[in-house]
Amino acid sequence: MLTLVLANNYALLFVGWEGVGLCSYLLIGFYFQKKSAGDAGKKAFIVNRIGDAGFILGMFFLFQVTGSLRFTEVNEALRSARFAPEAGVFGILSLTALLLFIGATGKSAQIPLHVWLPDAMEGPTPVSALIHAATMVTAGVYMCARSNALFALTPETSHIVAAVGAATAIFAASIGLVQNDIKRVLAYSTVSQLGYMFLAVGVGAYWVGVFHLYTHAFFKALLFLGAGSVIHAMSGEQDMRRMGGLKDKIPITFATMFIASLAIAGIPGLAGFFSKDEILWQSWSSPLGGKLLWAVGFCTAAMTAFYMWRLMFMTFYGEGRMDEHTRHHVHESPKSMTVPLMVLAAGSVCAGWIGMPKVFGENGFMQALEHWLAPVFETGKEAAHAAAGHGAAQHDTTMEWVLMGVSVGAALAGIFLARHIYLRMKESERPTGGAMHPVLYNKWYVDELYDFLFVNGFSLGGGTLMARFDQKVVDGGVNGTAWLTRLVSSISIWYDTWIVDGLVNLTAFSVRALSYPVRFLQTGFIQSYALVFLAGVFAIFGYYWWVR
Amino acid sequence: MLHPITTEHYLVLSAALLLIGTVGILMRRNAVVILMSLELILNAVNLNLVAFGKHHGNADGQIFAIFIITVAVAEAAVGLGILIALFRNKETVLVDEIDLLKW
Repeated sequence: MLTLVLANNYALLFVGWEGVGLCSYLLIGFYFQKKSAGDAGKKAFIVNRIGDAGFILGMFFLFQVTGSLRFTEVNEALRSARFAPEAGVFGILSLTALLLFIGATGKSAQIPLHVWLPDAMEGPTPVSALIHAATMVTAGVYMCARSNALFALTPETSHIVAAVGAATAIFAASIGLVQNDIKRVLAYSTVSQLGYMFLAVGVGAYWVGVFHLYTHAFFKALLFLGAGSVIHAMSGEQDMRRMGGLKDKIPITFATMFIASLAIAGIPGLAGFFSKDEILWQSWSSPLGGKLLWAVGFCTAAMTAFYMWRLMFMTFYGEGRMDEHTRHHVHESPKSMTVPLMVLAAGSVCAGWIGMPKVFGENGFMQALEHWLAPVFETGKEAAHAAAGHGAAQHDTTMEWVLMGVSVGAALAGIFLARHIYLRMKESERPTGGAMHPVLYNKWYVDELYDFLFVNGFSLGGGTLMARFDQKVVDGGVNGTAWLTRLVSSISIWYDTWIVDGLVNLTAFSVRALSYPVRFLQTGFIQSYALVFLAGVFAIFGYYWWVR
Repeated sequence: MLHPITTEHYLVLSAALLLIGTVGILMRRNAVVILMSLELILNAVNLNLVAFGKHHGNADGQIFAIFIITVAVAEAAVGLGILIALFRNKETVLVDEIDLLKW
């Protein structure tokens, strides 16, 4: 991870990228005796390879275009504005950006490569907290933010990034609404929050993406570790339907998770509020943003508050639904587990204070993060201006206050709706979601679709196709050769029988035919021969007598 | 009164012997008689040679004649030997019944 972050070029970043990918794969498969864990590891590995293929191709294109992989040199080349005329056209630069983004979707679990992250929850919970919430999965966001000049120069790719981010955010949040496994809820929450980060990157608010990455790391790591503590207390039980009433039994875990849930829901003053609100504001006001992106982000914010507090209410409030043995065994975790929770809880509260909106007042501390990151995003800003020619986003202070209020309202509404449904209502009275429930519960059937399309359709179907190809084409070629050889040989046989043998026989026949008239001279009578002999003698004598 | 015997007389006798021999070879069916006719022809030649030897007054003709007689003896022996072998196979000495060398 440090290699990834400290690398000054794409190639070294890729080394770190693959390193964390390998760690992820190995740790997902930590409980390798379980088939599901092994499968999840393989799934993560394969899906990440698809993304990495995009990343590698993107690097090749980037080198082709700029002649370097070093961030400073790439930025310098892009800053030279020699690509400005390409803006608005889907050219090689857009393709490069898109390929790098594909790499990011693989690593950061965005649609359509998001399927591995929820399954990665087969790994140990601390692994989920560190790798699959706070650090590794956010590498894609980091990489895209690092490539800000590239994305800023290619607004059409930025639109794609923003659209994919927003779609992933609401898609994953919708699944999170109905999951019963405590870790799965958090996993989909992570996917959803990553979608937020890409939304920020896509609308050109690169520092906000990194800001949300940073605040999210605190509260999501806290939530995962808290979930681990809960699971530990519950003797390994992960199903929230069999939890409840843990509030007083594990108070430290409860208190810290309470803070984290408020933070992720976007309650003012806590870390999540500042970063999420900044994303929503940027997606509303940025030249690359739009009302629709804001609306999707807003809905996702409400859903986030709902599913997080559904988790809280199902786990910590109400009646205990666990069996007697487990109930008896419930206990607070040891210090080694609770101290990190407390540290992270402090972070969840304070982390956002260095990235407050400007309407809260401007000074060196309140916008510390933005100023600190500014040099990195300088190039992107310039490039965006050079390419798009847009003026700076007009800062409508009133509107910002209004939107802030609306999103806080949505967060509170989500919390109270969850409270109403999961605390006040009896189990039988709860709305099930009707026809949507199975769809959401089965994750929009994306896994089934991929199974159908790629595993069965592509791999097995391709295998069948290959077998057919083998049978028909390869074997056909061999058989065709055999058939051709036989054909040629039968022609050869015919030629041998009729032409070669025919010529030999013709010679014999003609000799025989020519000899036919001559052989009757051979009568076999000695006296005939003697007569001919005598006639010869007379002829010779006659010749000498008369002619000479 | 007796006429002296001249070369012409010998030649006439020789011609007569040659004619008789030739006719004998061509006409007779018995292989033994054919061999005998052959001897007649040879002796006609011998007579010619001796006559011309006398006519020229040297012994060349006689020497040649003795040569021919020697060869004729051998020839007759071989010819009769073949004839015996033939008779043992075919039970005949008639040449018109012996046509094995036909087409």
